[in-house]
Amino acid sequence: MEFSELIRTGRAQAELLPGPEEAPLRGTLCVTGHHLLLSPGPPSTPDLWLLLLRSVDSIEKRVAGDSGTITLRCKDLRVLQLDIEGVEATLDIARSIEALSSLESVITSFPFFYRPKGLRLGDAWHFHPPERYYKRVARETNAWRLSEVNQDFSLCSSYPRAVIVPRAVDDDALAQCARFRQGGRFPVLCYHHAPSGTVLLRSSQPLTGPQKRRCAEDEDLLRAVLTGARPGAQGFIVDTRSSQAAKQARMTGGGTEAKAAYPGWKRLHRPLERGRALQESFVRLVEACGDTEQSMDRWLSRLEGCRWLAHVKEALSTACLAAQGMEREGACILVHGAEGTDSTLLVTSLTQLILDPLSRTITGFQELVEREWIQAGHPFQLRCAHSAFSHTRPKHEAPTFLLFLDCVWQLGRQFPLSLEFGEGLLLALFEHAYASPFGTFLCNSEKERCLCEVRTRTHSLWSGLNQPKEQRKLRNPLYVPNPLAIWPSVEPQSLRLWQGLFLRWTRPPEPSEVAWEKVWQIVTEREKTGDSAHSFCLSSQPKQ
Amino acid sequence: MEHIRTPKVENVRLVDRVSSKKAVLGTLYLTATHVIFVENVPDARKETWILHSQISTIEKQATTATGCPLLIRCKNFQIIQLIIPQERDCHDVYISLTRLARPVKYEELYCFSFNPKLDKEEREQGWMLIDLSEEYKRMGLPNNYWQLSDVNRDYKVCDSYPTELYVPKSATAHIIVGSSKFRSRRRFPALSYYYKDNHASICRSSQPLSGFSARCLEDEQMLQAIRKANPGSDFIYVVDTRPKLNAMANRAAGKGYENEDNYSNIKFQFIGIENIHVMRNSLQKMLEVCELKSPSMSDFLWGLENSGWLRHIKAIMDAGIFIAKAVSEEGASVLVHCSDGWDRTAQVCSVASLLLDPHYRTLKGFMVLIEKDWISFGHKFNHRYGNLDGDPKEISPVIDQFIECVWQLMEQFPCAFEFNERFLIHIQHHIYSCQFGNFLCNSQKERRELKIQERTYSLWAHLWKNRADYLNPLFRADHSQNQGCLHLPVAPCNSMYKFWSGMYNRFEKGMQPRQSVTDYLMAVKEESQQLEEELEALEERLEKIQKVQLNHITVKSNKQSEPSKHSGFSTSDNSTANTPQDYSGNMKSFPSRSPSQGDEDSALILTQDNLKSSDPDLSVNSDQESGVEDLSCRSPSGGERAPSEDSGKDRDSDEAVFLTA
Repeated sequence: MEFSELIRTGRAQAELLPGPEEAPLRGTLCVTGHHLLLSPGPPSTPDLWLLLLRSVDSIEKRVAGDSGTITLRCKDLRVLQLDIEGVEATLDIARSIEALSSLESVITSFPFFYRPKGLRLGDAWHFHPPERYYKRVARETNAWRLSEVNQDFSLCSSYPRAVIVPRAVDDDALAQCARFRQGGRFPVLCYHHAPSGTVLLRSSQPLTGPQKRRCAEDEDLLRAVLTGARPGAQGFIVDTRSSQAAKQARMTGGGTEAKAAYPGWKRLHRPLERGRALQESFVRLVEACGDTEQSMDRWLSRLEGCRWLAHVKEALSTACLAAQGMEREGACILVHGAEGTDSTLLVTSLTQLILDPLSRTITGFQELVEREWIQAGHPFQLRCAHSAFSHTRPKHEAPTFLLFLDCVWQLGRQFPLSLEFGEGLLLALFEHAYASPFGTFLCNSEKERCLCEVRTRTHSLWSGLNQPKEQRKLRNPLYVPNPLAIWPSVEPQSLRLWQGLFLRWTRPPEPSEVAWEKVWQIVTEREKTGDSAHSFCLSSQPKQ
Repeated sequence: MEHIRTPKVENVRLVDRVSSKKAVLGTLYLTATHVIFVENVPDARKETWILHSQISTIEKQATTATGCPLLIRCKNFQIIQLIIPQERDCHDVYISLTRLARPVKYEELYCFSFNPKLDKEEREQGWMLIDLSEEYKRMGLPNNYWQLSDVNRDYKVCDSYPTELYVPKSATAHIIVGSSKFRSRRRFPALSYYYKDNHASICRSSQPLSGFSARCLEDEQMLQAIRKANPGSDFIYVVDTRPKLNAMANRAAGKGYENEDNYSNIKFQFIGIENIHVMRNSLQKMLEVCELKSPSMSDFLWGLENSGWLRHIKAIMDAGIFIAKAVSEEGASVLVHCSDGWDRTAQVCSVASLLLDPHYRTLKGFMVLIEKDWISFGHKFNHRYGNLDGDPKEISPVIDQFIECVWQLMEQFPCAFEFNERFLIHIQHHIYSCQFGNFLCNSQKERRELKIQERTYSLWAHLWKNRADYLNPLFRADHSQNQGCLHLPVAPCNSMYKFWSGMYNRFEKGMQPRQSVTDYLMAVKEESQQLEEELEALEERLEKIQKVQLNHITVKSNKQSEPSKHSGFSTSDNSTANTPQDYSGNMKSFPSRSPSQGDEDSALILTQDNLKSSDPDLSVNSDQESGVEDLSCRSPSGGERAPSEDSGKDRDSDEAVFLTA
C-alpha cells in the first residue's frame, strides 16, 4: 500500500495555534506518510516538525467562508488548532490525517522507518531478556528455574519464550497447567523478595468452569511454590475481581481456585476497575480537566464523578496489600484477575516498586516495564489504540498502563528522594505507549513482535531514552538510594491529581520548569564543590 | 492553678487515631499551661504536650469497659483521644480543661509566663524587628501625594485603627473626621499599599452608612482625594468584598455600599466572599471530612466539595487577583471594604499586596505584611481565634484562609517565595498558641494598654532567629518570573486549588510525603557551602605550607578525611523508617492492620523527643518552643530508629493479626 493514495492534499497554507498563551505560527502545512509538518516562512529556517500522525486521537474540522479550522486532539492530551486557507484544502487535509492516523498495519508504522542518528538497530534488545532477571533470582534462591517450554509460543501466546517457574515442576506439568489457565497463562514468578524469601507470582484465572474442574499439576505447582519458600509458608491469592464476578466467571468457563484444592493458599478479592469502565473514567477526567468554564463549586464533584483517583487508590492499596503480605507476613502472593494481562500486571509491577529498591532506579524501572508489561503480554496495541479524545466506539482500549504510571507518580510524590527517575520519564512512557517512533510498545505480545520482526527492524525506546542528552529530563536530581520498602499512604488526603500529566497542556509550564532548574543547580553545585575538594586533596598530597 | 482539680492521672491510654485498637499507656499531667501525656515505655518516655490555648473542644464520650474516653480537638488541627480508667478522674480532667482552655483574663495566657531567657534588651530588640514606619518608607512614602496623618493620635477618631496612618495629602482632618462618621466603626479610608511604579494604591475602610439614600460630602471628598493621589488614572475602583445580597441587606440597617451616582468617577464592584459564620461552618465541615476514618475517595471528595472550603479560598484569591490586576495593569487605585473592614478586607488587601510586591514574598516582608494588614489595622485576633473565653459566634478562621491562599500560591510558584510551608504552619500555630504577644487583643489600642511589648516576647524575633528552618531552597529572587507582580494564568483554573493536607492533617504524619524535598535541598546547600569553605581554608594552608617549603609535613591524612566526612551524608539520608498502613480498608477478609504503625505515628502528635529532661513540669522552657513544632519533619531522614529493628519487633504481632484472616 502506498501512503500517497491516502494523501489527498499534501500542502496548504496554515496558521497553528499551539495553545493558550503561545504565539501562533504561520507557514506551509505538509502531510507526509507519517507526519504533519509546518514549515514556517523563509526557506532558510528549518522545518518545524509538528507531530506524528499516529498520535492524533481525534480530528475535528470546521469551514467558514473560504477557510477552515482543524482541531487535532492528540493522544498525549495536547490540543492543536490549525487555521487553513481554502475549504477544499481543509477538508482534504482533514481526511488525509484521518486516514493516515488510523492505519492498523504494524509493519508500515513509523517505527519501521525511523532511523535516528547515533542509534544502532537492535542495540537495546539485549537490555532486558528474561534470562537476565533469572540470573538475579538464581543468585538469591535455588528453588526456581528458567523454563523454555514456551520457546515457540505454543503453550501461551502472550508469554515470552522463557519464564521462571518452580524447579520442582517440569515442563510437561507446565503444559498441563497452561491448559487449565485462560490463555495458557500458568503461574510464573515475577519477583523474588530476598529478605523474606517470599515470591510474587502472576497468572490468569483457572478454567474451573461450572463443574469446578481441578488440575493436579496446577495444584502441585502452587504447593511447590510454598515449599520452595520455606516449610509451612502461607500463600495468598489476590484476585483482582470481586468474589461475585469470580463466581460468575465460572459460567463462561473461568473461575477461581477452590479453597480445598490449594491447601496453604487463601484467596482475597480486591476488585479493580478495568476495561471500558476504566477507559470512560479516563475520558471523563480529561474532559473535566479541559473544561475551564466550570465553577469551583462543581470541580471536586466532577473529579469525584470521574472516579480516576478512586482507581489510583484501589490499585495502590492492592499493591500495598500484596507487598505487606510478602514483606511483613512472609507469605507468597499470586495475583490474577481474568486474563491476567491488565490489572494483574498493575498490581505485580507496583508491588515490586514498593519492595524492590532496584526497580526504583532508572534501569531497574525500565527493566520492570519491559518485564512486567511488555514481555508479560499487556496488549499495548489494543489498549492504547485510542486515548481520551477519540469519538470512535471504544473496543479494547483501557488506560491500565497510564494508571500504573499515575500510581508511580503518587509514590514519587510521597517519597521524593526514593525514585531515581522523575516525572519526565513517566510522561515519556505515557507518550510512547500511545504513539512512538520507537518499536518498544508495538504489538500485543512477544509472539506478535517476533512475527513482525520488531526487534530487528525498529529502534528500542530504551536506547533512545538512555542517550546522555535525555538524562536531565528523566533523572530525579534528588535521588538517594533507599534500601527499604516504601509504604505509601493511600488515604484520599495523600493522593493528588497528577497535574503534570492531566493539566500538562493547559497550565503554564514555566513555574515548575524554573523550580526544576533550581533543584538541578543546587545538586550540581554540591557535586562540583565535592569534586574540586576531592581533586584538591589528591593533587596536594605531599610527594614522597 | 486553682482550676486544676487533679494534676496527675495514671494509667491513661492515648489512642492511635489511625488504628483505634492501638493505644499507649502513660500518665497524664495537667499544668498551668499544658496538658502533658508521658508514655510509660521506660526508654522512650515519649511526651505529648498540648497548650491549653490550643484546645478547641473537649468531648467526654460514653464510658466503655476500658474506661472513659476524652476527645480533645485542637486549633492547630491536632486531635487527641485519651481513655481515662476512672470516670471520676475523667470528669475532673474534663472540668479542669474546660476552664483552662477558656481563660477570662489576658494575664492567664501563656505569653505572660513564657520566658525564653532573653534579657530586657533582647526582648526590646525583638519587638523592633518589624517596623511599619520603615515599611511605608520602603513603599516610597511620604511623597507628594500621601502623608502621615496624626488625626488618630490617641485613637480619637477610630479606636480599632493604628495611630500612624497614611492618607492622601489633600484629605484634611475635617474630611477624614467627616468621612469616619459616615463609616462603620469609624473606619475611614486609609492607605494599605502604595504601588511606587505607577502611583496606584490600595486603600481600605469599612462600609459606608449610606442606608437607602444617605450621603456624606466629606466621604465623597475622601474618595476623590484618593483618586487625585493617583494622577495616572481618572477613576478608582471601590471593591465591596461581600456578596451583593449581604450588602443590600445591610442597607436596611442604615449601612450598605457606595452609590456610584453620588461619588464621582468610581467603579463599584462586588466580590462575593462569604461572612465569618459561613467560613466557620465551612471549616467545621472540612475538618469532619479530615477526621473520617479510612474514607473512600468519594467520601472525601464529596465532603470536601460540600464543605465549600476551596470555593471560599478561591473567592478570596480571585478578589486579590482582581485588585492586583487593577493596580498593576490598569494603574487604578482601589478602595476595599466589607462590613467592618477587618476580616475580608484584611484577607483581600494582603493577598493583593503579596501578588504585587515581591518584598512580601520574603521572610521578613511576610511578617511585615501580617503586621500591617492584620495586626495594625485591628483584625480582632482575640475574638476570631478565641484566645479569651468569648462569644463562639465571633470565632472564624479568617487568617487561616489567608495563610492557605499563600500556600496555594507557593504550590503554583515554587520559586517565588523565600519561605517554606513550615513557616506558614508555625505562624498558624502561634496565632492560636498565645505564646508570644503579637496576636493578642483586638486592636493596637488594647495592646498598648496591656503593655504587651514590655511583658511578652515577639514571635517575629523568634522566627527570625530560626530562619534557617523556614527558608525555601528553591527561592529565586533573581528570576524574572518572581520580580514584580506574580502572573496567574488568565483562565481561572479550579484544579489549581488543592486540599492542604500539610495543614489540616499535619499531625497525621503517615499521610504526608515521607521525605522532605525542602530539608534535603537545604542540607545539600549547606554541605556545598561547608565544602567550599573548607576548600578555601585548605588552599590557604597549602599556600602557606608551600611558602615555608616544608615538604615533609604530613597534613595529608587530615586533609583527606575532611571532605570524605561529607560524602557520607547522602547515604545517611535514606532511613525513611516507614511502615505499611491499613491497606485492607473495610474488607473483613483481610484485616491486615499493622500494629507497628503506631510506633512511628505517635509522632503524629506533638512530641517532645528533644527534651532531655523527663520532668513534665517544664512548662516554661525555651527549648520547648522548638519541640512544640514538628520535629520529625525537621531532619531530612525523618526516621528516628533503625528500620530493621522496627520491622523485627513487629513481625510477631503482625502475623498474629494476619493469621486471623
